[in-house]
Amino acid sequence: MTLWVAVVVASVASLLIKLAGYLVPETLLAGERTSRVTTLLPVALLAALVVVQTVVGPGGSIVLDARIAAVGVAVVLLLLRANFLVIVLAAGATAALLRAIGWG
Amino acid sequence: MSDAPGEQGSNSEGATGSALPTDRRREVIRQAWSVGIASGTYGISFGALAVAAGLSLWQSQLLSVLMFTGGSQFAFVSIIGTGGLSAAPAAIATASMLGIRNGLYGLQTSRFLGVTGIRRVVAAQLTIDESTAVGIAQPELRAQRLGFWQTGLAVFVLWNLSTLAGALLGNAFGDPRTLGLDAAAAAAFVALLWPRLRSRDATATAVLAMFIALVTSPVLPAGVPVILAAVAALVVGLRRPGRHEGPLEGADGTLPGSDPTP
Repeated sequence: MTLWVAVVVASVASLLIKLAGYLVPETLLAGERTSRVTTLLPVALLAALVVVQTVVGPGGSIVLDARIAAVGVAVVLLLLRANFLVIVLAAGATAALLRAIGWG
Repeated sequence: MSDAPGEQGSNSEGATGSALPTDRRREVIRQAWSVGIASGTYGISFGALAVAAGLSLWQSQLLSVLMFTGGSQFAFVSIIGTGGLSAAPAAIATASMLGIRNGLYGLQTSRFLGVTGIRRVVAAQLTIDESTAVGIAQPELRAQRLGFWQTGLAVFVLWNLSTLAGALLGNAFGDPRTLGLDAAAAAAFVALLWPRLRSRDATATAVLAMFIALVTSPVLPAGVPVILAAVAALVVGLRRPGRHEGPLEGADGTLPGSDPTP
C-alpha cells in the first residue's frame, strides 16, 4: 500500500461513514448501549493516541523525554482554558527549548 | 427524507432560508462564520504536523478536503508518523472509528435538512461537530438549515486554507523533532481529549485506554495499541447504565463532549 492509497482509502471511508448517517435507519443505531459505546469510542482512541504520541519511542519502547514536559504544559494551559492553537504552539516550543538545552 | 418533528411539511425547498427575517438570517450567518473561523484556523497545526509526519503537501490537503474531520486527520498522520507505511491499516482503522460520530450526527441533521441526491452527499461531507451543533441549536427549520450549511461551508473553506498554510510552514521548517512538533502533536491529542472527559465513564475509559496503550506498545506493531484501546470503550460502555453523557444537544456552536476541531 502506498501512502497515497492509504490517504484515499481513509478519506473515502470517512465520507461513507458520514453518508451512512443519512441513509441508515435510525433504529439501527438507537440502542442506549450502542450510543454509550459510540460516545466513549473517541475518548478511548484519543487517550491511547496521547500515550503513544507522548511516551512511546522508536520500536515501541517507553521513553520519557521532552514530550512529557510539553504535555504537562498543555494540561496547565487547558486548565487555564487556553485556545487550541496556543496549547499546541506552547507544547511544541517547550519541547524545542528543552531539546535545545540538551534534554530529551 | 424524514420530516423534522414538529415542523409542518415546510421543508420541501432548498436551504437558503429565504423565509427567515433578515436580522435572524444575519444572526445565524454571523454565528456560523465565527464558529468557522474559530475551528477552521486550527487546520494550520494539522497541515504542519501532517508534513512533519511524512505526508506531502497534497496528501495533507486531500485529507482536509475529502476526510474533513479533525480528530481523524490528526490520528491518521500521527500513526503514519510513528509507524510508517506498515502502520497504514491501523491509521485507516483509527481514523474511521474516530469518524463514527459524524455518522451519528447525520441521523440528526438529516431530519431537518431534507436533502436528496448530490446535495445529500455534500451535506454528509459537511456533517461535522460544528455544523451539527450550530444547525440543531436553531429553533426554526430554516435557521437550522442555514446554520448547518453556513457553518459547514465556513469550516470547510477555512480548515482547507489553513491546512495549506500549515503544510507550507511545515515544509519550510527543519527537523520536526528539533522544533518539538512531535510534542505539539501529543498536546493536540490532549486538547482533543480534554473536553470529552465530562463523565466518570469517560474518565474511566480514558484511564483504561491509556493503560492498554502503555502496556501493549512495546510488544505490538505501531498503531495496533490504539485500535486495541478501543476495547476500553466497549468494557466501560457495556458494563452498566448510567453516568454517561446526555443525548446530543446543540448550544452555541458546541456539542457536549465535542472537540475543538471539525
